Amino acid sequence: MRVPVEWLGEYVSLPTDVTGEHVAAQLVRVGLEEEGIFGSEVTGPLVVGRVLELVKEPQKNGKVINWCQVDVGDANGTGEPQGIICGAHNFEVDDLVAVILPGGVLPGNFQIGARKTYGHISAGMICSAKELGLGQEHDGIIVLTQHLGPQATDLTPGSDLRSTLGLDREVVEVNVTPDRGYCFSMRGIAREYGHATSADYTDPAKLSVDAADKGGFAVELNDDAPINGVQGCDRYLARIVRGLDLTRSTPAWMATRLTEAGMRPISLAVDVTNYVMLALGQPLHAFDLNSLRGPIVVRRATPGEKLRTLDDVDRALGAEDLLITDGADNSILALAGVMGGASSEVSPTTTDVLIEAAHFDQRSVARSARRHKLSTEASKRFERGVDPDVTAAAAQLAINLLVEFGGGTVDPEITDVDHRLAREPFDFTLSQASALVGVDYADTKVIKILEAVGCEVNGDGPVVSVLPASWRPDLTDGPTLVEEVARIDGYDNIPSLVPAAPGGRGLTASQRARRTVANTLAAAGLVEVLTYPFVGESVLNDLGLAKDDERRNMVQLANPLSEESPWMRTELLQTLPETLRRNIARGSRDVAIFEMDTITQARIGAQAPVPGVGERPSDEVLRQIHAAVPAQPWHVAMAAAGDLDRAGWWGEGRAAEANDAASWVRLVAEALNVEITARMTERAPWHPGRCVEFVTLDGKTVGWAGELHPKVVQRLGLPERSVAAEVDLQVLLDQGLSISQASPISTHPVAMSDVALVVHRAVPHAHVEESLRQGAGDDLESIALFDVYRGEHVADNEQSLAFRLIFRASDRTLRTEEVNAARDGAVKQAAADHGAIQR
Amino acid sequence: MSGPDNTPETTDHNPLSPEVIERHVAAALTSIEAAGDLEQLKAARLEHAAERSPLALANRSIGELPGKEKAAAGKLVGQARGRVNKALGARQAVLEAERDERILIEETLDLTTARTRRAVGRRHPLTLTAERMTDALMAIGWEVAEGPGVEAEWLNFDALNFDKDHPARQMQDTFFVEPAIAGLVLRTHTSPGQARSLLERGAPLYVAVPGKTYRTDELDATHTPVFHQVEGLAIDKGLTMAHLKGTLDRLAQSLFGAGVTSRLRPAFFPFTEPSAEVDLVCFVCRGDDTSCRTCGGTGWIEWGGCGMVNRNVLKAAGVDPDEYQGFAFGMGVERTAMFRHGIADMREMIEGDVRFNEQFGMEI
Ligand SMILES: [Zn+2]
Repeated sequence: MRVPVEWLGEYVSLPTDVTGEHVAAQLVRVGLEEEGIFGSEVTGPLVVGRVLELVKEPQKNGKVINWCQVDVGDANGTGEPQGIICGAHNFEVDDLVAVILPGGVLPGNFQIGARKTYGHISAGMICSAKELGLGQEHDGIIVLTQHLGPQATDLTPGSDLRSTLGLDREVVEVNVTPDRGYCFSMRGIAREYGHATSADYTDPAKLSVDAADKGGFAVELNDDAPINGVQGCDRYLARIVRGLDLTRSTPAWMATRLTEAGMRPISLAVDVTNYVMLALGQPLHAFDLNSLRGPIVVRRATPGEKLRTLDDVDRALGAEDLLITDGADNSILALAGVMGGASSEVSPTTTDVLIEAAHFDQRSVARSARRHKLSTEASKRFERGVDPDVTAAAAQLAINLLVEFGGGTVDPEITDVDHRLAREPFDFTLSQASALVGVDYADTKVIKILEAVGCEVNGDGPVVSVLPASWRPDLTDGPTLVEEVARIDGYDNIPSLVPAAPGGRGLTASQRARRTVANTLAAAGLVEVLTYPFVGESVLNDLGLAKDDERRNMVQLANPLSEESPWMRTELLQTLPETLRRNIARGSRDVAIFEMDTITQARIGAQAPVPGVGERPSDEVLRQIHAAVPAQPWHVAMAAAGDLDRAGWWGEGRAAEANDAASWVRLVAEALNVEITARMTERAPWHPGRCVEFVTLDGKTVGWAGELHPKVVQRLGLPERSVAAEVDLQVLLDQGLSISQASPISTHPVAMSDVALVVHRAVPHAHVEESLRQGAGDDLESIALFDVYRGEHVADNEQSLAFRLIFRASDRTLRTEEVNAARDGAVKQAAADHGAIQR
Repeated sequence: MSGPDNTPETTDHNPLSPEVIERHVAAALTSIEAAGDLEQLKAARLEHAAERSPLALANRSIGELPGKEKAAAGKLVGQARGRVNKALGARQAVLEAERDERILIEETLDLTTARTRRAVGRRHPLTLTAERMTDALMAIGWEVAEGPGVEAEWLNFDALNFDKDHPARQMQDTFFVEPAIAGLVLRTHTSPGQARSLLERGAPLYVAVPGKTYRTDELDATHTPVFHQVEGLAIDKGLTMAHLKGTLDRLAQSLFGAGVTSRLRPAFFPFTEPSAEVDLVCFVCRGDDTSCRTCGGTGWIEWGGCGMVNRNVLKAAGVDPDEYQGFAFGMGVERTAMFRHGIADMREMIEGDVRFNEQFGMEI
């Protein structure tokens, strides 16, 4: 809501030196947050000038320009006449005009200087209203005697014009929260300013309203399908003015206020209805009376009906749309509370006007506005609640203004179909304010504040009966009243106390473990990144996922940001490579990144019930709600390209390779103390010969790692040999959160034994290692593969694997014969399992 | 050495005469002193103290002397060899020390550009900021609860007193899951985590709920469709807005330093009543600069929303609102990180450029 400060001052007393900043500071205290403060864009010297001399100089192009000498007093520093070129012809010698001198700036950051033009030095400019941002008219410059009327008599050349022309006026824009619809009016804002400052407030709705006279234009309220049992229209007031001259222009002061409030002046009839809406918050509609046959019928639409609204859009109406119709032929005049139709629009030739001031149900208007994606000044107000008691005053103000500026006479008959339900008071325990806010409010203070915001309070405690004001449909229970008390007394008065919580369990094991994993990966050289979880067909194809890959079973969004990415990812590696690519594209050569987040596993066909507000659903409904939410396990994924170990004066760098990706999975498992085993596998998006799958001892897949498939790398635009891993962290978390148990550490010496075994190339290293481990017996402390040889010394289909076995007994120093026997046992087992031959 | 006559031999010819011995010693000492390194000292040792050296030969000739002369000669030669060996030892020690020192100098390395060969990784400032925020609340006895990003519509809206017609439930703000009958949305705030905690654990309850949230905003410098929140929920007997303010002050001071205070401003949210927005004193100008760009000259910057939990929210979770009351608040993690670290453009936080992370340590 844009609040012209000058207008505000009509309804509430403002300090004489009021500024926009002051108004904004007061309004924010009562909950109207400042969105901006706007002033005129005219700066620099703008002064009164008297035209002393005017020489018409025809130009070659047929144009005639005026070479003027203008008296600007001492404003130019010399007192000499100012020479100015002017192209307008609506003025003559001796006229008072508005002159902006060099150094001034006009709207649009138009800098004024002395410049050579048409063979003269033109030092400044004689301004039109449009150039000063005072209106759209452009039929010449401002002649002050015409523009200002009697006010112009006091003007002397050189005196400042900024305040005279209203160019020092300020507008404060505030944000109105949805519960406070009444603040979409100057009436409401002025009231709130009064609450904030205790300044005197004059309710602009308290005007003399003509006594109702029976008769008037026939109106029927026929809502046969109220939403939630609430009548779509509970009051319809219509008044008629005849013999208007709507070609007359809107008075300048009203046009200025409308412009300042952000509405464009259009025509007298439209401007008056907008002005009343801004002043009192009541949207009005003006019908051309002669286009109506009547009676006016307010009813719901029937499916299939159409309406061309004032914005020239044909709209298909829905059964919930509330309509204003002409009962004579059932034609539709307006979408109630949202927008009028083109057929009954008021035109400049209209002489007789019917003013509608009606009260429509918030919910009904809100749904229509949304259904038709049509948010209007009217719908914005009705949705948030319009004061049902301001209807008559609003209509009165409108016809008063129409008659004053458009002539015409008012019909004495007034239509007022009033089906309003009486507002019900409710009980309020005064002490609830202190109990909820933590400030010790006296009962008298609570009552005083409630009365100040328009409530009728009966009783003096401890429980009182409260009837909120007609313009406060948001005040419905104790807490809403408490907010009024706290707000008007000032949120600044609330003390600061840290509550004493009973103390908790700290982080859960899973939360701690995730921090450990992230910190471990970062310490291992990976940079944590965050990516959007949205994916589409093309990336899945680029990753090489088969058509029937289960990972294509995804949760789909009804309204994705981009139609190309409508799904929720089922693996982090569906989005992480793009971040790797972006880093490389931006010039980073060596990049290793990871992301830890949940992924989403679709539950096809699941439905979560959506019961309403304010009530705990049954256990069964809650179970259904929880069961329909897709599983969203935690994952962590890594991706890298370029060097992992950097080159430097110490030597060469080392590129990230498949083994690094696998090692990160191991690292995560080790950080959580979960034992995992590995097996080679084939899976998109990895290189078929360089992908390892990790599983827990009870066979659950933990993740995959390796080098990305060369085709995938190519399609995703990644550097060759990029590597990646995906870990189902949830599996590790589920396994690794038990309390680890320790065994005694042997202090006896170690014995080392190396073996080289030749096996077929297809035999996985981990299998050979496992056989050695089994055959080596209990005293084997550790085993590690330290060399793999494929070449001329072994057959083409063979490989030589060198393992180092380290033995240590828990209770004695091992003798050489014992170590040799254990090693031979290990080799024998490998020979039996895999045909391994010791070299 | 025996001769046919008894004429005593001249000293020059008697290898065991004190003069001869003294000459050998003097020659040895000169040679030892002159040794400039361990190699030369080794040569001096060979020449003057080894098996074939004059003193060794003299020692060997003692055996040929008559018995009564043996003792004196033995003593003479013994003392002489002692002096030479002592000098050798002393010189050896000096030269070894010199050598050791020289080696240390020769082994000098310039370590001024040393760094890990494996580049150091980084956490993301947003996840660290969220950890900071939850840790600050844990320090006053709260716990951390979480919930899913793809969430039941009821938990995201109705359980939090968002009416079916609430504007936030429209397509222009909320991502809905297809088909509509699934009753699922991408959570628009972390508040459904509060509802889940209340339903599961009841009151009293003090929880912080960090997490990823979604709204259908286009990405720009101050908006991102995917963002992060940390919400707080405290439900107990007798909690008031004063406790809300105290908790926010504590959280603000823990994140932004002592002296940073909060301001509550009336606002509206469906799930709280009374409601407020919380502003922080501008930590750039502390309210002293009307041209401050961080706060727009108002001295305050908006941090998040908060209020006393609406009775309908408690009822939806099966908590008796006449017995328990409490407060809730929600802060954007992005906004908090932007304030804390002077990040001007939100896009930098979500694009995943590793250079952005590298400006931060592992503790922020
Ligand atoms: Zn500031």
